[in-house]
Amino acid sequence: MATTILPDAPAPAPAEGTSTLAGSRRGDRLFKGVLTVAALAVPVLMAFLVYELYVGSRLAIERYGLGFVAGTTWDPVAEEFGAAPLIFGTLLSSLLALVIAVPLSLGVAIYLTEFAPRAVRQPIAFIIELLAAIPSVVYGLWGIFVLIPLLKAHVFPFLRDTLGFLPFFQGPIYGPSMLAASIILAIMIMPFIMSVAREVLLAVPGSQREAALALGATRWEAVVSAILPYARSGILGAIILGLGRALGETMAVTMLIGNRHEIAASLFAPGYTMAAVIANEFSEAATDIHFAALTYVALVLFLVTVTVNAAARLLIWRVGAGGGGKRS
Amino acid sequence: MNRKRLRRWKSNLMVGLMIAAVVVAVAPLLFILLNLVVKGAGSLSFGFFTRMPVPAGETGGGVAHAIVGTLIMVGMAALVGVPLGIGAGLFSAEFPGTRLAKASRFLADVMNGTPSIVVGVFAWTLIVARTKQFSALAGSAALAMLMIPMVMRTTEELIKLVPHSLREAALALGYPRWRTTVSIVLRTALPGIVTGSLLAVARVAGETAPLLFTALGSQFFSLSVNEPMAALPLTVFQYATGPYEEWHQFAWAAALVLIIVVMVLSLAARLATRGRFTRHG
Amino acid sequence: MAEPPPRLATVHLTAVYGKFTAVKDVSLGFRANTVNALIGPSGCGKSTFLRTLNRMHELSDGGWITGKVLLDGEDIYGSRVSPMQLRRRIGMVFQKPTPFPTMSIYDNVAAGLRLNGRRPRGELDEIVERSLRDAALWEEVKDRLQASALALSGGQQQRLCIARSIAPRPQVVLLDEPTASLDPGGTQRIEELVFELKKDYTIVIVTHNMQQAARVSDTTSFFYMGAMIESGPTRQIFTAPREERTEAYITGRFG
Repeated sequence: MATTILPDAPAPAPAEGTSTLAGSRRGDRLFKGVLTVAALAVPVLMAFLVYELYVGSRLAIERYGLGFVAGTTWDPVAEEFGAAPLIFGTLLSSLLALVIAVPLSLGVAIYLTEFAPRAVRQPIAFIIELLAAIPSVVYGLWGIFVLIPLLKAHVFPFLRDTLGFLPFFQGPIYGPSMLAASIILAIMIMPFIMSVAREVLLAVPGSQREAALALGATRWEAVVSAILPYARSGILGAIILGLGRALGETMAVTMLIGNRHEIAASLFAPGYTMAAVIANEFSEAATDIHFAALTYVALVLFLVTVTVNAAARLLIWRVGAGGGGKRS
Repeated sequence: MNRKRLRRWKSNLMVGLMIAAVVVAVAPLLFILLNLVVKGAGSLSFGFFTRMPVPAGETGGGVAHAIVGTLIMVGMAALVGVPLGIGAGLFSAEFPGTRLAKASRFLADVMNGTPSIVVGVFAWTLIVARTKQFSALAGSAALAMLMIPMVMRTTEELIKLVPHSLREAALALGYPRWRTTVSIVLRTALPGIVTGSLLAVARVAGETAPLLFTALGSQFFSLSVNEPMAALPLTVFQYATGPYEEWHQFAWAAALVLIIVVMVLSLAARLATRGRFTRHG
Repeated sequence: MAEPPPRLATVHLTAVYGKFTAVKDVSLGFRANTVNALIGPSGCGKSTFLRTLNRMHELSDGGWITGKVLLDGEDIYGSRVSPMQLRRRIGMVFQKPTPFPTMSIYDNVAAGLRLNGRRPRGELDEIVERSLRDAALWEEVKDRLQASALALSGGQQQRLCIARSIAPRPQVVLLDEPTASLDPGGTQRIEELVFELKKDYTIVIVTHNMQQAARVSDTTSFFYMGAMIESGPTRQIFTAPREERTEAYITGRFG
């Protein structure tokens, strides 16, 4: 060892108990305890939620089993419940909403991150995010009194005249319908997809873009060849997150879809969703089995959205962690 | 040469389509706001804010009961949801590697994605079914549950943004860990957390689905949390889906009030942080 | 030897991050009212060593030590010792200025004092003024004590941090490259200040600037690859180092 100016025998340590450095950590322990209680709230509530939904639907689970999701009759008087039309309606309305919302929101997100003049980027993003702040019930109100009359008078007849050879655009036009609900859903989920996609695109390193431009690509070609492949799984995550929103959306859909337990080919026909049936029937249910069936619907809806959201999170995390995921 | 022009033309076409997408995306907002003002403002008067609803067929009447109901239920939800959310967020930022932090972070994301109607069913089975009574309390519980994960995740993200050097400086000064967290770290992140909490409040203030069969709604003025209570979103729903033309007018006016409340909260949230929390360390 | 026992000393101190050993078996003593410089290339363990002296090291992931650190003969890693109490006796100033952004200049200086319960306003005012004077900042801020600490320049912020760390009257002040983020003017003032402060405090300063070590310190210790290679009076280290690696470093042949 090298030189040191430490004397061989340091001064004797003060006796235990007289230390001037003593102190307690009681405050820290108490603080951690309080925070732990708060942090336990989420797991405990979620565990309770799953338990309560299961207990609440047990009557229906015992009587109908998994056949519940395949049954097509919903008759509270005869105590016969099948959720197939609800599940079909939930999935179809959400997927249709995606078909409409995805191109729009990706177009906006790409425009705002790659093309728009700097001065308008923030304001436009802000306005579109305000759309996300509008309560669902207000969309419903607007849908009933503005959107549906508009669709009924102009859009639906036009679709029937031009695309009527397809089964989706045949049959009587009611107004409240699968298509009307999907359109309002599309408007509602667009801001979510847009803002997540925008964040993903902003995270793409500038070098990706510059490399493509340096090779002589037009700006659009740079987007297609360099930026989108890089952001692919993040954008997919954004879309699935939007899907999760759409699946659970209640009020606007309840007000616009027509609420009929039926699987119809025509998008002009009314339908029903899982969320809507709970909203409409829960406070009016009279029998235990009706409550149980509705709770069973809630349980199925919960499981579907959890699965969808978990998939979205995984995809977004992969982008955040792995710098782009797969490229092809 | 021709090919090059084609490529440029294609690029311009796509930009044009994207601008069209922006227009289509912004249009509904303007359209909805315009309709709300046109159809709702006419029925707005001072009395609308101070009076109770009147039976169908009469004119006049107001939404005082619903405004008060929304304030009470959202207020109670915030009193529970905001502290719990901040506490949980602090825990997962302060003890990030612990199993509890990982579990509550993951489950908060699950909870965030849970449809609010499902949370309503949960509040029903938990409270309404047990007390055999629709109540404002059950409604608040559902709203609080929606707030917790939102506030928690915002808090965690903002706490993580506070430079580590500040925490070290406080510890080196002899601050106990809890005091470092509360009076230095949390204090520094507070403006952002206030914003996040206000946004969460704004969001649940517009929620209808979780109140449908918990608070249920009511035609009467009530301050009792053990009874059904009105709320603005419920009022909009009930009047919009009712059969009378006057009711629809009423629904538009109530929706205008609701949207003003929600927009003011969201704008206040965004403005609260502007110009602060910009540089430090 | 007639030398008094050191105020602060390490005995066979080894500091580890997880599996990486950052400081290996260092025994060093610092006498009261001296300025002691720790020099060496980046990654040599000098900062880690400094952080073991007020138990900041153990806050890092996987940070633990073996050996002893003695403050006036008492092992600061003893089971009854509270790190919080210890850090009020051994202050620390970091590389980048770290004023508390939500506090005024006054409150920054008073921050450490308020930990020990309430004090009469007059007493607090007095200590704040004395600390700011000792940190050579009083004249510049006396008219705006309630202004945000962020309104100060980088060099002023660093002097504010020094005032904050000396306000509770510690015995030892640890400085971790305090001038690394400052301009030459700011650096010079801090150096003058360090020289002044040794009247009241024992100072340990980490620096990678050898001229700085030569200008301000009484003793200098050279660290390399986690080991303390050589320690002695600053003049001797810079004029007649005994170790070849020390000489190589101070003459700029590596590092």
